[in-house]
Amino acid sequence: MTALALPARTRQPAWRQLLGFNVLTGIVLAIIGWLIGYWLGGRFVNIPSLQYYTVGTGPGQNDISVFLGYLLGVIGFLAGLGFFNYPIKRMLGHPPSLAEHESAGEGWIRYFTLCTEHKVVAMQYLVGIGVFFFIGGINAMLIRTELLQPNVHVFGANQYLTLVGMHGSMMMGMMTSGVLGPFANWVVPLMIGSRRMAFPRIESFTFWLLMAAGVVLMTTVFFGGFQTGWTGYEPLGDQGTAGFDAYIAFFTLVGISMCLLGLNVVVTIATMRAPGMTWSRLPIFVWACFATGVLMMLAAPMLAAALLLAALDRTVQTAFYIPGNGGSSYLWENLFWVFGHPEVYIVALPGFGIVLELAPVFCRKPLWGYRLAVAGMLGVGLFSFFVWQHHLFVSGMNADLRPFFMLSTELISLPTGFIFVCMMGTMWRGRINYAVPWLFCMAWAFNFLWGGISGVFLSDAPSDVTTHGSFFSMAHFHYTIMGGLIFAVFAAIYYWGPKMTGFKFNERLAKIHFWTLFVFFNTTFAPLFALGFLGMPRRVVTYPANLQGLNDWVSASAYCILGSMCVFLVNLIWSMVIKREPAEDNPWNSKSPEFQLPTPVPDYDYEKLPVFDDDPYPYGVEVAPAAATAGQGA
Amino acid sequence: MSSVNHWRRCATLCAVCAVVMTLITVFLIAPGMPPGNGSAQASGQVVDNTVLLGISAFVATVVVVYFLYAAFAFRERQPELALEGPRVRGDSRVQAWWLFITTGIVLFLAGYGTVRLLEDGSGGGQGPNPIAAPAGASHALQVQVIAQQWKFTYRWPSFGGVETPVLELPANTLIEFHVTSLDVIHSFWAYQLGVKADANPGFDNIAYVQTKSPLTFNIHCAELCGLWHGYMYENGYVVPKGQFTSWIRQEEVRYAPITKTLPPYSTSYFPSPQRRA
Repeated sequence: MTALALPARTRQPAWRQLLGFNVLTGIVLAIIGWLIGYWLGGRFVNIPSLQYYTVGTGPGQNDISVFLGYLLGVIGFLAGLGFFNYPIKRMLGHPPSLAEHESAGEGWIRYFTLCTEHKVVAMQYLVGIGVFFFIGGINAMLIRTELLQPNVHVFGANQYLTLVGMHGSMMMGMMTSGVLGPFANWVVPLMIGSRRMAFPRIESFTFWLLMAAGVVLMTTVFFGGFQTGWTGYEPLGDQGTAGFDAYIAFFTLVGISMCLLGLNVVVTIATMRAPGMTWSRLPIFVWACFATGVLMMLAAPMLAAALLLAALDRTVQTAFYIPGNGGSSYLWENLFWVFGHPEVYIVALPGFGIVLELAPVFCRKPLWGYRLAVAGMLGVGLFSFFVWQHHLFVSGMNADLRPFFMLSTELISLPTGFIFVCMMGTMWRGRINYAVPWLFCMAWAFNFLWGGISGVFLSDAPSDVTTHGSFFSMAHFHYTIMGGLIFAVFAAIYYWGPKMTGFKFNERLAKIHFWTLFVFFNTTFAPLFALGFLGMPRRVVTYPANLQGLNDWVSASAYCILGSMCVFLVNLIWSMVIKREPAEDNPWNSKSPEFQLPTPVPDYDYEKLPVFDDDPYPYGVEVAPAAATAGQGA
Repeated sequence: MSSVNHWRRCATLCAVCAVVMTLITVFLIAPGMPPGNGSAQASGQVVDNTVLLGISAFVATVVVVYFLYAAFAFRERQPELALEGPRVRGDSRVQAWWLFITTGIVLFLAGYGTVRLLEDGSGGGQGPNPIAAPAGASHALQVQVIAQQWKFTYRWPSFGGVETPVLELPANTLIEFHVTSLDVIHSFWAYQLGVKADANPGFDNIAYVQTKSPLTFNIHCAELCGLWHGYMYENGYVVPKGQFTSWIRQEEVRYAPITKTLPPYSTSYFPSPQRRA
C-alpha cells in the first residue's frame, strides 16, 4: 500500500467498505468463535475428573463451555477487526509500519475499525462508553422501580440482584476508562505536543476489548444472571450459575483493557513530550492521567489474578475460595479490595484533573499551588494501595490492623484536601466565568465534599460498625463517583466536546441539563444517607415498611435524573443534527495548546511540533509583589 | 473590588457560620444519630458519631461558605471580555497552614477512633482473638450466631449447646457473640445493639455487646449472600434476666431431641465442599 493508492480506496462505495476488517466482520467472527468454543467445551464432558461439573448441571451450566466460548468469541472479534494482521505480517517478513494510521483518511468507516488515530479512538471511547453508561443508568432506574414498594412487586429476587450486579459492574468496569479513554487519548498528546499516543495499536485494542467486555457482561442474562453484585464475593460467586462466568470474563477483559490503557498513557507522558515540556510544565490534567495510569497498571493485574483463580475454581475444581476444601473466603475479599480501592481512585483522580485543569481557564488565573496539586494526585495514588481493609473492618480478618487502616484511610483525605485548596485558591480574586463546564466543576466540589465528609464516618472503625454495608456507604460512593466523576466528565464534555466534535452545544439546554442534574442528584442521594442511618442494608429487594416514604422519594427523584440525562441527549441531537453550529477554535479563551489548533483538529494535529517555554497556565496580570499573595487582603 | 478586604470578610463569615452549624448539628441533630442507646456499644457509637459530625460540620461549613463567598464575590459580569485576574501561583503560608490544620484534624480523628475502638470493640466483629474486649469479658454470656442461606440461628454453649431459631438476650449483661457461617459470607447486624460482624464459613468472629434495658431490635444480614439476602431479617429481644433464664431453660427442653443430633458445639463448622444449587 503506497501513499498513491490511498485516494483510490476512499472512493469505494459504502457497501464495499463494509467488507473487510471492521466491527461487522468482528461480530460475525465473534459468533463463530463463540460457537466453536462452546462446542469444544462440551467435549470435556468425557474427562472423568470434570464430569461432576459438566454433567447433570444442564445446558448453559457447563462453565468450561461458557469460558471457552467467551475466549474464542473475543479472539474472533479481535481477528475480525484486524488486530492480528500486523503481527502476522511481521512474521511473514513485512517491515514495521503504521498502516492503520494511513487509513485515517477514509471517512466514517474508520470509527468502526481498528484505527490508530488517537482522536478517532477517543471519539470511539466517548460514544462506546456513553452507550454503556446509558445502559447502566437504565439498570439503576429499574432497581429504583423495584424499591418503590417494600415487598417484591416488579422483578423477582434473582432479576433484581442481577440488575444490581450489572449496574455496579457496568459503572465500575466500563466507566473506569470514562476519562482516560475519551479525554486522555484525545487531549494528552495535544497537551504534551505529540502527534500520537506511544502505542497506537494498543490504544485501539483497549477500546475494542472494552466493548467486547461490555457485551460479555450483558450476556449474563442468558445464563441466569449473577447474584453477587459488582464485588463478586466468594464463595457466593462459586455457587452461581454460568451467569457468574460472564462476570468473571467481563472483569478480566476490563482488567486487561484498563492495564494497557494505563500503560499507554504513562508511557506517552513519559516519553512523547515535546521539547520544553518538562515535568514541571505538564498541565495538571496530564498529571492526573499519569497518576491514574500508574494506578491502572498496578491495580488491574490483581483483579485479573483474582478472577483467574475464581475461573479455575469454577472450571477445573481448584478450591482457592472454597473454605471446605482448604480455601478461604477472605482470599477473594483481600485480592478484590487490593484492586478495588485503587479502582475507586482510578475513577476519582481524572475528575480532580479535569476540575483543576478547567479552574484557571474559567477563573482567569494561574493554577494556585501547582506543586501541591501534583503532590495531591500522586499522594492519593500512593495511599490508595494501603487502605483496602477499611472495607473489611467488621469482617474479623486481622482485627488488630484496624487502627492502621483507620489511620491510612483518614490520611488519604490530606492529598484529596490539596485538590480542594488548589481549586479554592485559584478561585480567590479570580474573574470567574460561569460557563457550563465551570458550573459542573463547582458542582463537583460540592458533591465531592459530601462524599469526602461521609467517608469520615466509614473510615472510623467504631462508626463503621453501623454504616458498613448499609445505604449510607452506597450514598457515600455515589457522591464520590457519580457526584464526582460523572459531573467532571460532563464538565469535560462541554469543555472539550465542541473542540472534539466540531459543533457547539446549545447553551440553554446545557444549563437546564446542569441545574436539573445537580438538584436531582442531591435529592436522590442525600436521603440515602438517612436510609443507611435508619438501618437499611445494601442490595436488598425488600425493606421495612416504615422506610417506604423515603425510598419512594428517592425513586421519583432518580427518574428525574433520567429526565435530566434525556435533556442532554436532546441537546446532543439538537446541536449535532438539527441546528448545527460549527464550534469556534477557542470558545473559552483557553491558553492550553489544544485550543490553539483549528477546529476540527487536523489528523496530523500539529503542522510543526510545538516547543514549550512557559508554564501551562500563563493567565493573569502581574500584580505588585506586596499584594501578590492571597491571604494578605486585597 | 480592591476597597473590600475580602480575606477578613470571608474568614469571619466562615468562622461564624461554622460555629453556628457545629452547634446546631451537635445539639440538635447528633442526639438522634444512630444506632441509638440500645446497648453500651450503641451509645458509644452515638458519642463517636457526634464527635465526627461536629468536626465534619465545622470543616464542611468552612469549605462551603468559602466556595459560596468566592463564587459570588469574584464572579465576572462580562466574561466575553476575558479579563484576567492577578497572576498568583500560590502562597506558601496558606498551603503550610492548610497542611498543618488538616493533618491535625486527621491525626486527631485516627487517634480518637483508635482509643474508642480499643475501649470495648464498639460492637464490631474482631475475629477469633479480640484485642478490644470490654472489662469482664471472661464472664460474658456466649452466644453463637450461625448464619446460613438464608437464616440466622443461635447456639448456646452454656445451655447444653441448644440451637434456637430466635434470639433473646438478658438485659444488663455482657454478651460475647461468636459469629460463623455454614455456606457463604453473611453479616450479622443487630442494628439497635450497634453490633455488626461478618459471618465467614469456617471462621469464628467475636463481637461484644453490653445490653441495657429490655428492647426489641432488628437483625439484618448486611452482606449480599445470594438470592434471598433481602429476606434475611428478623427481630431479636432483650428481656429481663429472669424471663431470659426461663425462656432458655424452656428452649433447652423443647429442642433436646434435636440438640442430640447436632454436631458438638464448636467455634466453627467446616461445611462440606460446596456444590451448585
